[in-house]
Amino acid sequence: MTRLTASLDGIGLLGPGLQNWPQTRSILRGEAIYLSCRTQLPAPQTLPAAERRRATAAVKLTLATGLEAVAAAGMQAAHLATVFTSSGSDGLNCHEICAALACSDRMISPTRFHNSVHNAASGYWGIATGAMAPSTVLCALDASFGVGLLEALVQVAVLQQPVLLLAYDTGYPEPLHSVRPIPDSFGLALALTPKRSDRSLARLSIRAAAPFTDDPANTLTNADLDALRRSIPAARALPLLEALSRGESGTVVLDHLPGQGLAVTIDPS
Amino acid sequence: MQPPASPSPPLQFAAATVTSCLGTGLELHRLALRQGSSGLAPCRFETVDLPTWIGEVAGVDEVRLPRQWADYDCRNNRLAELALQQDGFAAAVQAAAARHGSHRVGVFLGTSTSGILQTELAYRERDAQGAFTTDLHYAQTHNTYSLAAYVSARFGLRGPAMVVSSACSSSAKVFATAQRMIAANMIDCAVVGGVDSLCLTTLYGFNALELLAPDPCRPFDARRMGLSIGEAAAFVLLEAAPAQAADEAVLLLGAGESSDAHHMSSPHPEGLGARLAMQAALAQAGLQPSAIDYINLHGTATPSNDRAEGRAVASLFGPTTPCSSTKGATGHTLGAAGGVEAVFCMLALRHGFLPGGTGADMLDPAFTRDTPLNYLLQPVETAPRHVMSNSFGFGGTNCSLVLARGG
Repeated sequence: MTRLTASLDGIGLLGPGLQNWPQTRSILRGEAIYLSCRTQLPAPQTLPAAERRRATAAVKLTLATGLEAVAAAGMQAAHLATVFTSSGSDGLNCHEICAALACSDRMISPTRFHNSVHNAASGYWGIATGAMAPSTVLCALDASFGVGLLEALVQVAVLQQPVLLLAYDTGYPEPLHSVRPIPDSFGLALALTPKRSDRSLARLSIRAAAPFTDDPANTLTNADLDALRRSIPAARALPLLEALSRGESGTVVLDHLPGQGLAVTIDPS
Repeated sequence: MQPPASPSPPLQFAAATVTSCLGTGLELHRLALRQGSSGLAPCRFETVDLPTWIGEVAGVDEVRLPRQWADYDCRNNRLAELALQQDGFAAAVQAAAARHGSHRVGVFLGTSTSGILQTELAYRERDAQGAFTTDLHYAQTHNTYSLAAYVSARFGLRGPAMVVSSACSSSAKVFATAQRMIAANMIDCAVVGGVDSLCLTTLYGFNALELLAPDPCRPFDARRMGLSIGEAAAFVLLEAAPAQAADEAVLLLGAGESSDAHHMSSPHPEGLGARLAMQAALAQAGLQPSAIDYINLHGTATPSNDRAEGRAVASLFGPTTPCSSTKGATGHTLGAAGGVEAVFCMLALRHGFLPGGTGADMLDPAFTRDTPLNYLLQPVETAPRHVMSNSFGFGGTNCSLVLARGG
């Protein structure tokens, strides 16, 4: 296995000033102007009412992007294995817990506690879609998108089955923001499958034996979008999305760990 | 859903170690498991004021990280460092990196709360405006990735590094990640396992869910009243097994994963997700249920978890396969539990015994009546050939591993 390859059949996206993949694609192609504004998170209609009330930003974000990607790919969410990747668990929820634990009575709500696990979004995804397939939940700080893509491509290539990759981050309130300055929510979902089809947007691949490179990461020409890339770890995927939006072939280097870029090759269908 | 076909040949445990409230290193755990002793004690952790028992590792506060990685200093990474120093594990990783190249060694570790204790403490020291007044190295301590970042940095590794954080299945699922990465030829070997350390979030969180027992936890016992929280670190160095594995080798034959799609904090009542994970692990190992000689149950000692797992095990294996939970000995070590119990299974295979269900002395009559199980109340001296380890977590995330003796 010299290259790990998957067909990209659907994209879901939500971020500051970015409402979905078709609108983002127009912006990345330079056909529409990028206007930054707070990320608009839709209410998760697919969840039962009790879970909908408890849904955090991460849950709303992953349900919106995941379902957009699955619909575009013509896949069934209930049968799909998933890879969730995020640079940290829910910052707001974590703030509330740590603040409560600093008080004398230390009362925290059961809902806050179960929303504190890094796999909360994966759990709600299963409840919303009925998916009993495996779900892998990863974290690698600022390299979280990169390791998610590695893991998803490995799963597609080794297991020869479709995988939905969901990368997401949500904003951190003060005082956590002072040590982890993530300003807002950004999420994307990529529906990946072993076989090329009429729906395929492109083939993505990495070198199995040497996925990393010393080359610097690609940047975006739009300064506002490049600032977004740098400020939210999940948005480190934007150079890949820009190349996809333009139907370009070639290799994109994504920010991974310090001194270690992830080289992804795009082969348009 | 069809379980996936075997994607890879077996891997072997090239090195392993475990540190928990039972002690540091393999030998103390082998002795404790053979004797059925427990490391649980009344909770005196930090300023915690809860009527519960915990599995605290002695001496964690005295551990000092190598100076160049001082920013990583937190209870979780101290516990990791303490464990890495046992059983020649650090030397085995260094030898593997020298043999294969540092970019060919992966680091896949599980944790649930990582070094969040640092942030909990910093929140107590906020100023009048709510700002931190202490140095908080968020990325190196609190962040979930901190554990894998520390282990990678400490050994100068350059392969893929990530943390799997899916609550209590975390450090079981890393075995599956390593298996796939080795099958894809991305790496030659992997440091897997997990570390979770005591913090206020989990103790007060499980208290809020009314799941903490007031006494040492007693999985599957008639009088069980909930769980005991523990802390632990377990590490395994995994590499491809030779075609003819040595008699003393311990092999990973299968890893099965599933999701419950049911509820965030309670399992599917019939254990449907658990059953899917066990079936997938058996399918990958190419084994029938009858080939399994012992199951290390997830067995947290909460009535709903034990009942769901008991039903799943009884429906798949019937009433005769020996099984037990070792959480009465260690407490529930959360994100480290899967790694800890995989190492316990390694000890059982290597030394020829089956751990008993520490803490239990009378099986819940529900299990003798509705879903009969061969639950071991005492350790048994017999040599298993194939064993299974179950790990099921919050959010309905399940993982089962099948391990075997070589030869």
